[in-house]
Amino acid sequence: MKDNLVGFAVKMAPAAVATRLKGLSDRALAWLFIAPTMFLLLAINIFPLIWTIYLSFTNYRSNRPNAEVSFIGLEHYQNILSDPDVWLAMQATAHFVFWTLLLQTLIGFTLAWLIDRRFRGHDLWTTVILVPMMLSPAVVGNFWVFIYQPQIGLFNYAVSFATGISPTAFEMLGSVQLAPWAIIIVDTWMWTPYVMLICLAGLRSIPTYIYEAAEVDGASKWRQFWRITLPMALPFIMLAVLFRGIENFKMFDMVNLLTNGGPGSTTEVASITLKREAFEKWRTGYSSAFAIILFVTVFGLANIYVKALNAVKNR
Amino acid sequence: MSNVAYSIVEPSTRTKSVAAALVILYALLTMVPLLWIVLTSAKSPPDSISYPPKVVFEPSMEGYCNLFTTRSRQTEEYIQSLPPAESTCEVIARSRNMVVAGSSNYLPRFINSLVIALGSTFVSVLFGTIAAYAFSRFKVPGKDDLLFFILSTRMMPPIAVAIPIFLMYRSLGLSDTWIGMIILYSAVNVSLAVWLMKGFIDEIPREYEEAALVDGYTRLQAFIKVVLPQAVTGIVATAIFCLIFSWNEYAFAVLLTSGTAQTAPPFIPIIIGEGGQDWPAVAAGTTLFLIPILIFTIFLRKHLLRGITFGAVRK
Repeated sequence: MKDNLVGFAVKMAPAAVATRLKGLSDRALAWLFIAPTMFLLLAINIFPLIWTIYLSFTNYRSNRPNAEVSFIGLEHYQNILSDPDVWLAMQATAHFVFWTLLLQTLIGFTLAWLIDRRFRGHDLWTTVILVPMMLSPAVVGNFWVFIYQPQIGLFNYAVSFATGISPTAFEMLGSVQLAPWAIIIVDTWMWTPYVMLICLAGLRSIPTYIYEAAEVDGASKWRQFWRITLPMALPFIMLAVLFRGIENFKMFDMVNLLTNGGPGSTTEVASITLKREAFEKWRTGYSSAFAIILFVTVFGLANIYVKALNAVKNR
Repeated sequence: MSNVAYSIVEPSTRTKSVAAALVILYALLTMVPLLWIVLTSAKSPPDSISYPPKVVFEPSMEGYCNLFTTRSRQTEEYIQSLPPAESTCEVIARSRNMVVAGSSNYLPRFINSLVIALGSTFVSVLFGTIAAYAFSRFKVPGKDDLLFFILSTRMMPPIAVAIPIFLMYRSLGLSDTWIGMIILYSAVNVSLAVWLMKGFIDEIPREYEEAALVDGYTRLQAFIKVVLPQAVTGIVATAIFCLIFSWNEYAFAVLLTSGTAQTAPPFIPIIIGEGGQDWPAVAAGTTLFLIPILIFTIFLRKHLLRGITFGAVRK
């Protein structure tokens, strides 16, 4: 009631009054309100970024702060792009990103579709399924080290129980063949709910009348799925894939704790290489150049993401 | 409205029960690792590494005791010469020929996590809310570019930012301090806060503040007395998201803190007992660390989708 009165008062107020009240001070206030955020981001993101670009052209090493620093131009960039180890890291990253995205999209979308059948209690079970993604990837990922232990670990026991293989016959984290899959399993366990939640929003955005019309026209359920459900949910699926793609491209915490890039360098994804170069070998200049290369790649992905986001919004 | 009961496209009872069965199966499977963490935290170390893994066991406080205390090994004669044990933890320690020597670092690390998460949440929500208000209500030149810039800072791989931050903090004396970590996490979270709050403030009708302006309020008064009270739900949801991100963060914490300001995520994985990792203690530390997040997740249920997509999908 009161709200209506206020709204009425606004409509009745002369336009000139409103304009005068929104005069110059608004502009000042706008900048005053935006300034703290911009200042914070400039200090903690942009200034460091510029510093990183500068460092990437030098031979600076942060464990020798007093040594003379000299400019070496593009040498680091050339070395990185021709370094076979870097390409191995990029392959490990691509393998990880590809399989986690594929599995999470398939399982996530299927789950969302099942939940959208609206059986009794679906809300409760959705919440249960969402729990893993809210937890700390580092803290929970660390516990998977225990679950993956040969002999005593729950995972090996379950596999042995199901297949009859001896639980000591394989080491998820210690074997070159299995370690990449060990991290893919944990990531899929943790982030499938994320894809599911976004897909569910996509499915729920499809108006029922479209299905009713299709039903009246005699379209089969199969045809309805391919012609209505999937195309209309696609922008949402894409959004989820891009979000997860960017996040998994940067993946650090879980891999650092589960395998730390090992065994050998089979699971050494880009962030782990970067950590080793920057904080173990202290090759600050070299790692800065690598960081810039990674950032440019992620930024490219981010651009695609924003376009997809707009596509979803403008539907 | 769209999901009319008894619609011709309502899934059949059989479809519903199959969907329910599959979803519940997935939900139960996905809970197993979490359940295993809680179970392990209540086991004695020998029970935790038994084969086959024990589901039924005698509950023990040893994991929690080992989490909060440090112990030293003593001779049996020495232990027998001591006065009767006063605490449960002392009794357990003596049964293993040890005495409690002091308290562990878990509690200080937990407090660090709490202080840094709360501090950075306060800063990022404050900055984010006012910036979002300015973006939502005022004509800011280059608004879309600024908003994209704010979002893009989030796309940087944390390790890439960590290199210059590490150098910067070293020269400013901010390494391993609460204030350093609060500033850093605020910068990470402010982009999320701006994007989420802009969505929430966009949804508040402008008429309310315009009426207040007509009534003689200044812009600032209208913002504080009219807009903020309406945005409370959004502010709380945004704050919880920022809290969860800071609470869970690992990459910056492990690279930039080592002692006084170290948070729990880098600490929990390095809890060791005699002869390797003390898994019941790790599980206990993990359980206590996860409980706040579980509670928050239930509170956040309605806003989860919005939070994880930076407000792109609002349901």
